[in-house]
Formats: sequence, C-alpha cells, structure tokens
Amino acid sequence: MRTLIIALILTMSPGFAVAAGGEGYHLDQANIDPESHASLQRGARLFVNYCMGCHSAQHQRYNRFARDAGLTDALVQDNLIFTGAKVGDRMENAMPKADAARWFGAAPPDLTLTARSRGTDWLYTYLRTFYRDPTRPLGANNAVFPQVGMPNVLWELQGWQEPIYKTALNAEGDETQVLEGFEVVEAGSMTAPQFDRAMRDLVNFMSYMAEPGALERKSLGIKVVLFLILMIVVFYLLKKEYWKDVH
Amino acid sequence: MANTQGTTGLLGWIDDRFPLTKMWREHMGAYYAPKNFNIWYYFGALSLLVLINQIVTGVWLTMSYKPSAAEAFASVEYIMRDVPWGWLIRYMHSTGASAFFIVVYLHMYRGLLYGSYKGPRELIWIFGCLIYVALMAEAFMGYLLPWGQMSYWGAQVIISLFGAIPGIGDDLTLWIRGDYVVSDATLNRFFALHVIALPIVLLGLVVAHILALHEVGSNNPDGVEIKKKKDENGIPLDGIPFHPYYSVKDLFGFSVFFLFFALVVFFAPEMGGYFLEHANFVPADPLKTPTHIAPVWYFTPFYAILRAVPDKLGGVIAMGGAIVVLFLLPWLDRSPVKSIRYRGNIYKGALAAFTVAFLILGYLGALPPSPGRTLLAQICSLVYFLFFFLMPIYTKMDTTKAVPERVTYK
Repeated sequence: MRTLIIALILTMSPGFAVAAGGEGYHLDQANIDPESHASLQRGARLFVNYCMGCHSAQHQRYNRFARDAGLTDALVQDNLIFTGAKVGDRMENAMPKADAARWFGAAPPDLTLTARSRGTDWLYTYLRTFYRDPTRPLGANNAVFPQVGMPNVLWELQGWQEPIYKTALNAEGDETQVLEGFEVVEAGSMTAPQFDRAMRDLVNFMSYMAEPGALERKSLGIKVVLFLILMIVVFYLLKKEYWKDVH
Repeated sequence: MANTQGTTGLLGWIDDRFPLTKMWREHMGAYYAPKNFNIWYYFGALSLLVLINQIVTGVWLTMSYKPSAAEAFASVEYIMRDVPWGWLIRYMHSTGASAFFIVVYLHMYRGLLYGSYKGPRELIWIFGCLIYVALMAEAFMGYLLPWGQMSYWGAQVIISLFGAIPGIGDDLTLWIRGDYVVSDATLNRFFALHVIALPIVLLGLVVAHILALHEVGSNNPDGVEIKKKKDENGIPLDGIPFHPYYSVKDLFGFSVFFLFFALVVFFAPEMGGYFLEHANFVPADPLKTPTHIAPVWYFTPFYAILRAVPDKLGGVIAMGGAIVVLFLLPWLDRSPVKSIRYRGNIYKGALAAFTVAFLILGYLGALPPSPGRTLLAQICSLVYFLFFFLMPIYTKMDTTKAVPERVTYK
C-alpha cells in the first residue's frame, strides 16, 4: 500500500514531469524590478542595440515605452530609434524573414511576448548561458536551448565561456555528462556581476514589453479589491436586514 | 380600468398589452423558493452572472478583434495595448471562461449532492446538461480565436478526433475545418459559431432551464418538496419570495464572487498558465507542433478519459460516453430520497470516489502521459463510469434515513 501511495505521488507530481521532460539545466531567478525606470531604460538600450538587428518587437510602440518608462518622445527618438521609424511606430526591423531563415536555419522570432511564453527566469538564464561550441555552424551553443540557431551576439560584453561537465547517473543508471557550469576563457567588456545586471535589465524590458499594462493592472486591482470588500460588507448587512423576518 | 393584475396607470396600460407584472410575479416577486438554501445555491445565479459578463465583454472584444489567420493574433495584442481598457475587457473575458466552468461544475455538483435531477426536475437537468455541452463547444471555439500555438494545435487535436468515426471520419473533419488543416477558413467559421450561433443556443437553453425550474419549483438541501405544505393562501409554508430575499442574498454572493474574480483578473490573469496557457503567447505556426499539447483545465478530465483508452475510436467513444451518461442520471438513480443528508453510506462513498476520480482525471489530463499516469487514468475512468452504471443497483441497496416533513432551517 505504501509503495502504491509513493508511486501515486511520484506519478502526479509536476516536478517529476519537468525532470522527465529533459529540461536539464536549472534556471536562475531573474529577480527583475518592473518599477525601476532606470533598469527599463538600460534594458531598452540593450534591446535596440543587440536584439533588434535581427528580432522585431512588432506589437510594442516606441512612444508607449517612452510614456511608461518616464522618457520624452524626443529622448526615445534620439536614443532608441536607429531605423528611421517614427516615435509612434511599432518596433519593427528590416530583415527579410526569408533571408533570415536561410542565414540562421529559422527566422528570428518576434520578441514582444517571449517573456510571457518562456518566462523571465528562462530568458535570464538563456541570455547568460551561451558557450563556445565549435561543432555549431555559428560557433556557439546554449545551455537552456540546445542547438540554438542564434549566434552569441553578447560575446563582446560577456566574453567567451566554455562549459564544465560533471559525470552523473541518468535514470537508467548509466553515466552521462551533465552541464554543471561555465568558465570564462576570454574576458569581455563587462565583469560577471555587470553582465548579470545588464541581462536583468534586458529581461526587465522584455517582461515590460510582453505586457506594458501590467503595473497599471495591479494598481487598479488594489482599488477594485478594496471597493469590492466594502461592497461585500454592505451587501452582507443588506441581506441580514432583509432576512431578519425569515424564521 | 383595473386588469387581472390590479395595476393602473402606465403599468396598467402595459399589463393590458404585455404580461409585465405577471412575469415579474411568476419569476421574481411571487416565485417561492425554499428558505433553507445553503452556499451551494449561489452557483446557479453566478452562472447567469458570468454568462452576462461573457456576452458583454465579448461584444466589446468583437469590436476590435480580426477573425483572420493573418491578423487575429496581432489584433488581440492590439486590444491588450492600444484599445483603451482593452486589456481589462480581454482579461475579464478570458478569466470569465474559466470562471464559467468553475461555477457550472459547482452548480452541477450541487445537483449530485441534493438529487436536484430527480423527478419532477428531470427536464431541468437535461436542459442543464445541454447547456454544459453548448458551453464546451462555445469555449472550444473561442479558444481558437487568439490564434496562438495552443489555440491552433488544441483545435487540430480535438477536430482530428472526429476522424476516428468509421466511414465518414475523414470527410467529417474536412467539413468541420473547411480545409485540410486548421486554417483561416476554420478560424472564420469558429468565430461565427462562437459569437452568433452558440450564444443564441446557450441563451435559449438558459431560458428553458429557468422556465422549467420555475414551473416545478426549486429543490433544496433537504430534498423536501415545499409545495406539499401550503398555507391557506396556497403559499408554501417553507417558501419565501425570490425577490427580495434571494435577490439580496445573491447580491452578496455576486460581490464575493467578484472579489475572487478581480483577484485573478488584476493579479494573476494567466493563473500560472492554467487560464491563459504560456504557449498561447506564441502565434499559431502550422509547421511547428508543440512538444506537449494540453487542453485548457476545464476539458482535462475528459481528455484524460480519452487518452486512457489505447484505441483512438474507443477513446472518443469513452469521452463522448462520459458526457452522454450525465443525461441519464435521473433514471439511473433509484434512491427513494433526494438529498445526501438522508442517503446511506453507500451513496456517500460512491460520490466521494467519483469526486476524487474526477479531480485526479482533471489533473492527469493536463500532464504529458506516462505508463504510470495512464494506468491511474484508466482506474479513475473506471470509477467515473461505475459511479453511473452501478447507480441503479447501489442506490436501491442503500439504507436511507427518514426525510422530514418540512425543511430544516436553523
């Protein structure tokens, strides 16, 4: 009976499902601060400089970001727009999808909603775990997205790192090589803590972009909830008053 | 001139021409409901509330949504970003879909607890089951409209189930999709069905459900027919007018419901990926099948039953049977009493086993299959069906308690 219960718990546990799914590398916590305008602005700068060469954010308007991050339209126009777009335009890029698919194996996806489909922790880990892999066509692989088509565009910031493996037993009891961590073999322009902060800013911006109204949603939510609590009290008293004569 | 309702003036003028006061009295002011309703009796009114929420928010979404494969996904994001209050309307609609199933499942479970499907309420139950089926179709078609990966592949999987029907299967799936794959044609017709055809069906069935209820009167937690004991004016002794007593009580219920609803809408609209699935934030891609396709949570119990059967046609029959068997409930239950309060331990045990099995099935249906999970799903599916198939036997064997003459009230 006890084994049956243990088997039942194991079968039902979602953690077990993830382990069985093969998502090996553990995810670091992004710990973003969506209320920090400075972080969002730094993240946006990284995004337009390092991501938008290939990726678009076709649902996000530049001036919406300006408004939400405490910037003027003019500042955004001068510092974040390199494509000749107007400040009210969406963040498109000019790379033809068909060419991109030929160059990278798959067209670089639009990134507006990636933080919602993948999650911020995944993005934060993904951006920091590119490593040198000469077997790949563009020389780089990734810990959370094995065989990724994207080149390591952040190398000049992070430098180059190589993987450290450890030997572990898999579910069948066979010895396998498991990715444990990385060592930097060629320094970049940033130290590791600086690079982590930069990626946190970038993920913060991408998280903002995935749902620009998220902060407004929560602040309105508090007012609505307080109002509803008041209404619950009022309607409870009203009900009690009416029901006094039901015996 | 006084009419049969005794009204004069403008109201009298209307009542001479339209049964306004008569309808008000029949359904609100002089509809006598048992006074001993408990918390389970909120969910009927709440279902109506959520239906209204879905219709109103749906109308506004339709004003900005584009039902085309090329534009649908972007138009939803347009609603989320550029339409004033669009995000709120969209989240109210997406949360409302899940809320609808929560309140409807609880409403149906109330029926199981207190035998509300038993005579003379068989037709109320059947109309209710039809509403449930229409609601599932409505939700399924609505889920395609955002045109995300899960919308697309979920629809692909469910429509392909019809292909298991021998002989006509392939032609049938082609007819449903209007194309060889889920495509623009499918999206367009699902939109038409979601915003016009099924809402009309739903509203018609809801009217029938309520008319049938008001014809025979409401059941209650004691399963006592209050119409058997009336005073000298023909008013049930244990009845109170729906308005104002239950209208004010439901207002309280509505406010509590809206609190929970608001907590989801404003603070967790994705509900951890259960109300809005993460993969649905990726636009539909007919060339890229997601590794794990899971239906939204409210379909997972039936999806688990489908997967529990190794044969595709067998699985489809089991899944369909799991819903069809609900319709037969009034005739499967042979117990002399309605309410669980006066039933014996056999029914209580059977209902408990059924409840646990249904919840486990719901949980398993959201996970990728494994041999252990499939076995568990098979056991739970068996429990699900045995609850119904053995019901004529165990409800007759069960020892019941004496039902009181009048309802119990504090």
